[in-house]
Amino acid sequence: MKAYRAILVSRFLSLLQYRAAALAGVGTQLFFGLVRVMIYDGFYRSSTSPQPMTVDQVVTYIWLGQAMLLLAMFDVDKDVAAMIRSGNVAYEMTRPLDLYTVWFTRALSGRAAPLLMRSIPIFVVSGLFLGLRAPASLSAGLLFVISSFAGLLLAASLVALMTVCLFWTLSGEGINRLAAPAIFFLSGIVIPLPLFPDWMQSLLAVLPFRGLINTPFRIYMGVLTGAAAGGALMHQIAWVIVFILLGRMILIRGVKRLVVQGG
Amino acid sequence: MIFNSLRLYQSYVAVSMRSQMQYRASFVMRAIGHFLVTGTEFLGFVALFKRFGQIQGWTLPQMGLFYSIISLSFATTEAVMRGFDTFPNMIKSGDFDRYLLRPRSTAFQILAQDLQLMRIGRFSQALIVLFWSAAQFNSFWTPANMILVFMAIAGGVCLFGGLFVLQATLCFWTTESLEIVNCATYGGVETAQFPVTIYRPWFRAIFTFVIPLATVNYFPLHAVLNLKDALGSTPLLQWLSPLAGVVFLIVCLQCWRIGVRRYSSTGS
Repeated sequence: MKAYRAILVSRFLSLLQYRAAALAGVGTQLFFGLVRVMIYDGFYRSSTSPQPMTVDQVVTYIWLGQAMLLLAMFDVDKDVAAMIRSGNVAYEMTRPLDLYTVWFTRALSGRAAPLLMRSIPIFVVSGLFLGLRAPASLSAGLLFVISSFAGLLLAASLVALMTVCLFWTLSGEGINRLAAPAIFFLSGIVIPLPLFPDWMQSLLAVLPFRGLINTPFRIYMGVLTGAAAGGALMHQIAWVIVFILLGRMILIRGVKRLVVQGG
Repeated sequence: MIFNSLRLYQSYVAVSMRSQMQYRASFVMRAIGHFLVTGTEFLGFVALFKRFGQIQGWTLPQMGLFYSIISLSFATTEAVMRGFDTFPNMIKSGDFDRYLLRPRSTAFQILAQDLQLMRIGRFSQALIVLFWSAAQFNSFWTPANMILVFMAIAGGVCLFGGLFVLQATLCFWTTESLEIVNCATYGGVETAQFPVTIYRPWFRAIFTFVIPLATVNYFPLHAVLNLKDALGSTPLLQWLSPLAGVVFLIVCLQCWRIGVRRYSSTGS
């Protein structure tokens, strides 16, 4: 346990060094958020029919989305990918550590550090000047933090799953290239999930991807409260468990068929 | 001289393509990935139009034209101007010094060194949207409209090309790449996929006069669709406006020459 914590902390701290890059990213994301807000504002001023979300809710959703963007944006761990390609993964396997837990820990810290650096300035700026509302209540705010952490675990378990698929070099890369945009879209970052067509809603409710950002955001806005919020949290946790088990299973099979060339 | 340059460009590009085709499966998957990213985004807009009907009087097929012209321009620029995109690395490593020794202009060499084929993903997606949108209008493809749509896309390529050159030029002073320029390039695509009139006046002014993206889709499409412009442009102006992209590119290339003149190597 101590070893994994050390990996988590050291990688987290080393990623915190990239503050200038994060700041530049913040500027771009504020700009994109601004454009999005104006587009949705345009749509809402064009129609009087009732919608599943109010325009104020959409604005808050957009800014939360810009702040938490990294929970929905997926890329495999480049270091691990290089390790598998070069064969250096063999060294990893000789260490007295559980490979899956190491990779999961890496994925977790790899998401958490940049997320933290980007989200705080965006929260501050959009909260002060650009229409991000405060959480619906104190308890909504607290639940939002818990649910965001569950979203982070979900993201890490998905990254770990995508990473272990790289044992099958070519098909692994293919799966990742196709999965990343699909997850991005189904997470609700492009269009808030409640605004998706009505016939898709029951499917979206079952799929894991709403747990990344949509669930925490709806808790934040006070749309999901009480039992509904609890159920949504369970939905997140259940999928985290599924992905971890799946990732472990695939890793075992990957290791079995792995041949490392010497030399 | 021109023919010689063209031949040289051809052989540069042939080398670049051959190297990209070494990993064919990987290339195909990347291209499909690009197709999916922009494709799903457009599906999202379709869902919004289904819900709201229109945006400030603009319909989905109309928006599809704005979207596809800007997206086709950007995909083409990304493919052709890739060298300027990765230019900061060249400055940092000192590789740029070698380019100064060769008997061709630096801009030409950087332009020629890479043609990024996988942008075909975004390009084909935008092309589908263009043809789908056009099919929603009666007799859209008149000769005049064909010319104007082509001019608009060409103007857009020049305009984005100018932005890429400008971003690379800034590296002569900063050595780092300035991510804030992405607001103009990627942000510009995001902005200009809708008619500029839906934005606040100050914001619209930026994308009309400072970074003239409105000139390559907003004004020409008024002539194409035979609409009266709320901003009051005349048909003559609508036909000429794509040229603003060309002017923008020329100005940016002048900045590039100033940058090259003050360049001193990083020495690494």
